[in-house]
Amino acid sequence: MDNSFLSYYLITSALLFSIGLAVVVTKRNVIVVLMGIELMLNAVNLNLVAFSKNDPNLQGQMFALFVIVVAVCESVVALAIILKAYEYFKTVNLDEISEVKEM
Amino acid sequence: MIQYIFIAFTVLTILSATVVLWSKNVLYAAFSLLLTFLGIAALYVLAGADFLAITQILVYVGGILILLIFGVMLTNQAGNKQNTKNDIFTESTNRILGFLVAGAVFSGLFYTFARARFMDIQTVLFETIEPVATTKTIGIQLMTNFVLPFEASGILLMATLIGAAYLSKKM
Repeated sequence: MDNSFLSYYLITSALLFSIGLAVVVTKRNVIVVLMGIELMLNAVNLNLVAFSKNDPNLQGQMFALFVIVVAVCESVVALAIILKAYEYFKTVNLDEISEVKEM
Repeated sequence: MIQYIFIAFTVLTILSATVVLWSKNVLYAAFSLLLTFLGIAALYVLAGADFLAITQILVYVGGILILLIFGVMLTNQAGNKQNTKNDIFTESTNRILGFLVAGAVFSGLFYTFARARFMDIQTVLFETIEPVATTKTIGIQLMTNFVLPFEASGILLMATLIGAAYLSKKM
């Protein structure tokens, strides 16, 4: 099968990446910011998979697989940190979590 | 026929990602993220990546999304009691500036993709082949060319396990 959808994949992933970036920049809830990061990682994966179509060695798909592993690790540790921060600050609003150390 | 399926899943993905951006309710955002991940898995299938599509559904929909919803539920124990409906809302700031930055990134990417002629490069690099099952190739690649990243990701997963367990214990 030829790779005639490649440019549409690229445009889709560019749109997904910019939507994820807008979510990260504008939203103030930490969980929603994490969702934006996941959207951006998925956009990158979509690019890699679209480029590795017809590749007999599947290098793009392998890279996407490792990106998925790293994304899982990132979101697990981030959620553990968020739960700890919620315990201390009693909020998940990023503007109110502004100090790292007790004054 | 396959173009219509492709267009349908692309529209599904983009629309539900837009709902993540527009919706104020955190749980609505989480559930439309589910639709986004499903649409991306379908796009993987259409690109001939069957193993990666199943991995996407297993890991993202079955793992990360459940984790995010747990995070939403655990961090809003007080709830929003003003309107007796218990909705969890998120605020947004810097809206104009954020959309400007995102639009600038999108137009930059679009300009690059429109200019770069990736199609010609692809057809020069790879011959057109019929899509086959990729699981065997991925397994062979993991044990030969990619064995170092494979082991490194094992160490990373163990470090994550220990780190998450340490972070979430009672101090």
